[in-house]
Amino acid sequence: MYKISLKDLDTLFREIAGNNELILPVKKAGQINFGAYEEGVETDLINKSVKSPKDAFFPQFETLYNVKKTITPADELADGEEAANTKIRTKLSIEMEGLKDKDFVIFGMRACDVKGVEVLDNVFLSDPVDSFYKARRDHGIIVALACKEPEESCFCTVFGVDPADPTKAKADVATWIVGEDLYWKAVTEKGEKLTESVKSALTDADEAAVESEKANITSIMDKLPNTKLSLEGWGAGKTDEKFNSELWGKIYNPCLGCGTCTFVCPTCQCYDIKDYTTKDGIQRYRCWDSCMYSDFTLMAGGQNRTSQLQRFRQRFMHKLVYYPDRYDGMFSCVGCGRCVDKCPQSLNIVKVIKAFDKEEKGGAV
Amino acid sequence: MQGLIDRLTALLNDGTVARVLGWKKGDMPYNPEPAIFNSAEELKDFVYDGFCGANLSKMMIEATKLEGKTAVCLKPCDTYSFNQLIREHRVNRDNAYIIGVGCRGKLDIEKIKKDAKGITEISGTELDGQEKVTIKTIYGDKEINYTDALLGRCHVCKGKEHMIADETWGESKDTADQERFEEVQKLEAMTAEERFEFFKNELSKCIRCNACRNVCPACSCRKCVFDNTKFDAQQKANVDSFEEKMFHIIRAFHVAGRCTDCGECSRVCPEGIPLHLFNRKFIKDIDKYYGEFQAGKDPEAQSPLTDFTFEDIEPGERG
Repeated sequence: MYKISLKDLDTLFREIAGNNELILPVKKAGQINFGAYEEGVETDLINKSVKSPKDAFFPQFETLYNVKKTITPADELADGEEAANTKIRTKLSIEMEGLKDKDFVIFGMRACDVKGVEVLDNVFLSDPVDSFYKARRDHGIIVALACKEPEESCFCTVFGVDPADPTKAKADVATWIVGEDLYWKAVTEKGEKLTESVKSALTDADEAAVESEKANITSIMDKLPNTKLSLEGWGAGKTDEKFNSELWGKIYNPCLGCGTCTFVCPTCQCYDIKDYTTKDGIQRYRCWDSCMYSDFTLMAGGQNRTSQLQRFRQRFMHKLVYYPDRYDGMFSCVGCGRCVDKCPQSLNIVKVIKAFDKEEKGGAV
Repeated sequence: MQGLIDRLTALLNDGTVARVLGWKKGDMPYNPEPAIFNSAEELKDFVYDGFCGANLSKMMIEATKLEGKTAVCLKPCDTYSFNQLIREHRVNRDNAYIIGVGCRGKLDIEKIKKDAKGITEISGTELDGQEKVTIKTIYGDKEINYTDALLGRCHVCKGKEHMIADETWGESKDTADQERFEEVQKLEAMTAEERFEFFKNELSKCIRCNACRNVCPACSCRKCVFDNTKFDAQQKANVDSFEEKMFHIIRAFHVAGRCTDCGECSRVCPEGIPLHLFNRKFIKDIDKYYGEFQAGKDPEAQSPLTDFTFEDIEPGERG
């Protein structure tokens, strides 16, 4: 266990950024989001970021490849080739976008965010492996931070996340803010290596302070209103029962069909692949999609979800039933509470779970 | 609030209306949600307090297509949006029963949360509540002046009059304590480069969630051009250069002359982008070049941008 004074954090960041790209919670135009470290940047390690740090591994937008069209001038054609035959004159070349090939450090992820990456891993690292995602996972070094001031929207403990102890999540380094210091503990080999490279900025420390901080965080979580949420009735094998419930029709109505919940979520993994016409070809890119949108999974045969009720139901069924069905009962919500904070109409997964709970216990919703 | 619930119950019971569009109690002290109530029994969850900022006018587009009248609770500023929707033939006035509810400004939970985390209870937010809002949190109790926690739009309140209502309930207060175009004037005072930098910085946070568009009462197209899958723009793609130059600016142009300045776009933006500034700049310019005009004030009034006179300013000409 090591530590560094909070007022010297910039030294640590500079040290890390000297060797690797560093991503951390940055305050820009009044809002906290994960972004690249720059000299003089304002960081916020206490409050929740608007978007999750998911972008570091699965960016909202990325180019997959570019297709370029070249037309050979008529006078450069080989003998016997006809200038009027555009098929012969036109050549297409495909240029793949490079994969991430340098290590980077992501600092300040919370235990829930790290669990979110685990959810993404199941999807992107299983066959067929997503090479773009895998390259980023291979090169990413996660320095997780225990929560200092959990908020009323937090309910990660419901999903088995321990916000007090990031070593339990798949982090490479776990850190805690205690008093005026940041405590630092390497968890994995990657974490050990990173620790070695920044050791000059760190001093040896005793674990005792961290232990009492952990107890403190656990007691805060106990006092929060949503950490007692019951997931009874959800999980693998509940498709028919939940899908056919009439309750969806009663609770979806205010949903605007915007994508806020899906875009701030650390586990939403759906994407769309589209082409952008450039002046001499196309740029094929992928971008996050949202099950809330009308063109989500649109195919030649049309739409499989034509109403907002169906789209609304899809999101919660995916998190609480379909995903557990597919991945050994694991839920694909980590209780970070970002959707709870940001839904423009104040609808959210907690309200959905509570509404079903209330109905199943015989109360009107 | 009980008086309002009683009145709504009576309207439902005597058959004047078939349903009520209002706000339903949340699971936290500050997150009521817009909701439709079909019976007196359901109204037990009805709430009206300082956190009912959501403008329900747009939801009336669908609600007035239903059989029977829908009673809707509209705050003074919401009635401008409703009038504008009448002007655009998007709501059926005959199927609406408007309760103009009183308002003393609505609260911005983000402002409260700046100083209060782990909230368990909030009191003093009712229409007839106190000057101070008391917040209980697991980290200790806090207090904030009601007026200091107001949504940005309430500081440029359009006044306490409802522009349209079948009846009213509760007292209103004009909460304006700022010049309406003060923020726009600050932008105008910047150099073009500074202004570009300002918007670039703000818009770079945009996550393309479309909440601003989806909540906007003026954005009532049945199919938005940005949802057109055959439109070869980057659509859902979140690329800086795109939304800085396209989405928000096109949206601002499209709602110009129709935007009532209800402020919902800025209220719902998860990244706190002051989107209303685009629209308010247009309003200021329209006032200047075509004479003062407030969209939604009068559902019969001709909008300056859909009317032509020989005195109209020529494109590119500056007054």
